[in-house]
Amino acid sequence: MALVTMREALNQALREEMLRDEDVFLMGEEVGAYQGAYKVTKGLLEELGPKRVLDTPITELGFAGLGVGAAMVGLRPIVEFMTFNFSILATDQIINSAAKMLYMSGGQFKIPIVFRGPGGSAFQVSSQHSQALESWFAYFPGLKVVMPSTPADAKGLLKSAIRDDDPVIFIEQERMYGHKGEVPDDPDFTIPLGVADIKRAGTDATIVARSLMVPVALKAAEALQQQGVSCEVIDPRTIRPLDIETIIRSVKKTNRVVVAEESHPFCGVAAEISTEISERAFDYLDAPVKRVSGADVPMPYAKNLEDLAIPGVDQIVAAVREVAYLD
Amino acid sequence: MRKRTTESSGLGAKGGRATGVLDQESPERSSSQTLDHKELLNIYHQMVLVRRFEEKAAEIYSAGKIGGFCHLYIGQEAVAIGAISAIRKDDYAVTSYREHAHAIAKGMSPESVMAELYGKATGCSQGKGGSMHMFDKEVGFLGGHAIVGGQIPLATGAAFASKYKGTDQVTLCFFGEAAVNQGAFHESLNLAQLWKLPCIFICENNQYGMGTSLERAMSSQDISQKALAYDIAAEFVDGMDVLAVREATLRAVARARKDYLPTLLEVRTYRFMGHSMSDPGNYRTRAEIERHQERDPIKLFLASLTAQGLLSDSEVKEIEAQVKEQIEKAVRFAEESPFPDPKELYTHVYATPLTPNRG
Repeated sequence: MALVTMREALNQALREEMLRDEDVFLMGEEVGAYQGAYKVTKGLLEELGPKRVLDTPITELGFAGLGVGAAMVGLRPIVEFMTFNFSILATDQIINSAAKMLYMSGGQFKIPIVFRGPGGSAFQVSSQHSQALESWFAYFPGLKVVMPSTPADAKGLLKSAIRDDDPVIFIEQERMYGHKGEVPDDPDFTIPLGVADIKRAGTDATIVARSLMVPVALKAAEALQQQGVSCEVIDPRTIRPLDIETIIRSVKKTNRVVVAEESHPFCGVAAEISTEISERAFDYLDAPVKRVSGADVPMPYAKNLEDLAIPGVDQIVAAVREVAYLD
Repeated sequence: MRKRTTESSGLGAKGGRATGVLDQESPERSSSQTLDHKELLNIYHQMVLVRRFEEKAAEIYSAGKIGGFCHLYIGQEAVAIGAISAIRKDDYAVTSYREHAHAIAKGMSPESVMAELYGKATGCSQGKGGSMHMFDKEVGFLGGHAIVGGQIPLATGAAFASKYKGTDQVTLCFFGEAAVNQGAFHESLNLAQLWKLPCIFICENNQYGMGTSLERAMSSQDISQKALAYDIAAEFVDGMDVLAVREATLRAVARARKDYLPTLLEVRTYRFMGHSMSDPGNYRTRAEIERHQERDPIKLFLASLTAQGLLSDSEVKEIEAQVKEQIEKAVRFAEESPFPDPKELYTHVYATPLTPNRG
């Protein structure tokens, strides 16, 4: 085990998997000579060479589609979006090509590709560079969607994503690249997709949180503990496939749920989780499922407004107190 | 590359053939002379086969046995047949939703294509793709794709993979002229030349994007010239002349195999039928269609072969009879095949199954 940042953990996963499998290559804007806009790909060009690490022009649709085509005939591309905001330009290839190819070819063409990069809220970069897009991608059968919240999860899940035979959307939280955590050194360390992690065990209420909301939920759980409320914090880690069983087991124990997310509430992942809970564990609920979501507005620039747009500890605490009928 | 110096013959120029930068620069000799009698007959056979196949498809569509969209290729046969005759089985081809001919030319059986049109389990995509999404991994047919221009980035990816693996395979990428206005076209040409990818971009300029003429859709209508912007070699080809298409493709293939260089071919053609089966066709006149039908690619090739004494009346009749039998066999196969089992609804969504936690 070593204490490393999320950024370093991701870098280790990329390096190890590229050394392990010649068919894996990495491409994206500034991933090579520049060492990555967020330094996740630092040193890879030097170690693996320009055949394996390719700097692309700013042409998201073009290189995303190139990746899908290469995956059709046997390569295993890792496509970095400098940020997931720019993946919007590539959605035709992600959705209409990558997600559907296996199905519409009657099982002939699998697409082992990873689309990765930072997503979610960033620091004061306003509406076009600061948004959570996971519900878009999670909507489509054929895609898998991963959102790690710790360096160890980031490494283990990215390695699994690269080894997976399906297209994987791997969203790294832009604010979390500097977060540190213990990460196993074992090159065979992986975490399977579709398995939630109980980040904190508790008995009185369940908080389901992903990505940036996990550390926020853990702080809220700490504060609630002081108030005599024991919270279980569940991190699904993969949005699709979603480990709903682990969530349901927790709900059956605590009977109260808050789902926290930084994305917009409407048609969001929390709405889906809430519905799943209603369908599967309605009789176990002592209060309606409560969502804590990002503000339903484009992300503002001003610091005070931006702070208001992203859920914080206080909102999660208030939501848990609400489902526990404490106020 | 040098600027294209072709005469602006376009469609309707009697005996027009490929001209362009490669004509003057390419060391490749014209290949039509090298085709033996059997190969010429095979090309003619394929053209007749896909023509009759499409006519039958139209008939069956009208009878309600084929659903969805059905985009016919009638009039454009020289493009797919000529170009694909210039590549190997282990090369790749990818195209749009107007793809029945490309699929058959690449080596897929008329049975599997017809069964797919019927939505049967024995179809090339097991009934999940239909007319617009036919695939066959065995013969390197990377599919029909139904978002205009969507197949172009995919083609660069297949070409990239060939170079990455160090093979000499090439990729043929077919698309209509309307796709040239899409960003996908420009992004892909840029990448193909920047990274030197063995990809041959074949623009089938049939002069209409659905009901909108080229003149109404493209500010500069010289498509082969767009290659200049990306420093890609280009050639303008008479798409009604199957051997001209074949020869231009052979020149491009040689460049791709040897030097990993892309090429853009603008192949001028014309579709005799509507955009799809539901097209009323009120955007062009009957006279215009008839004018183009005078240069029907099958008639032109037949006339050329018979004039050279390479094809006898009895051989023509024999080919027609063989094709009739092939089509009947394909229809019988499709009719008699079962629809997909209901459980197939949920197969092929993921290559690796999701965890047991979620079915």
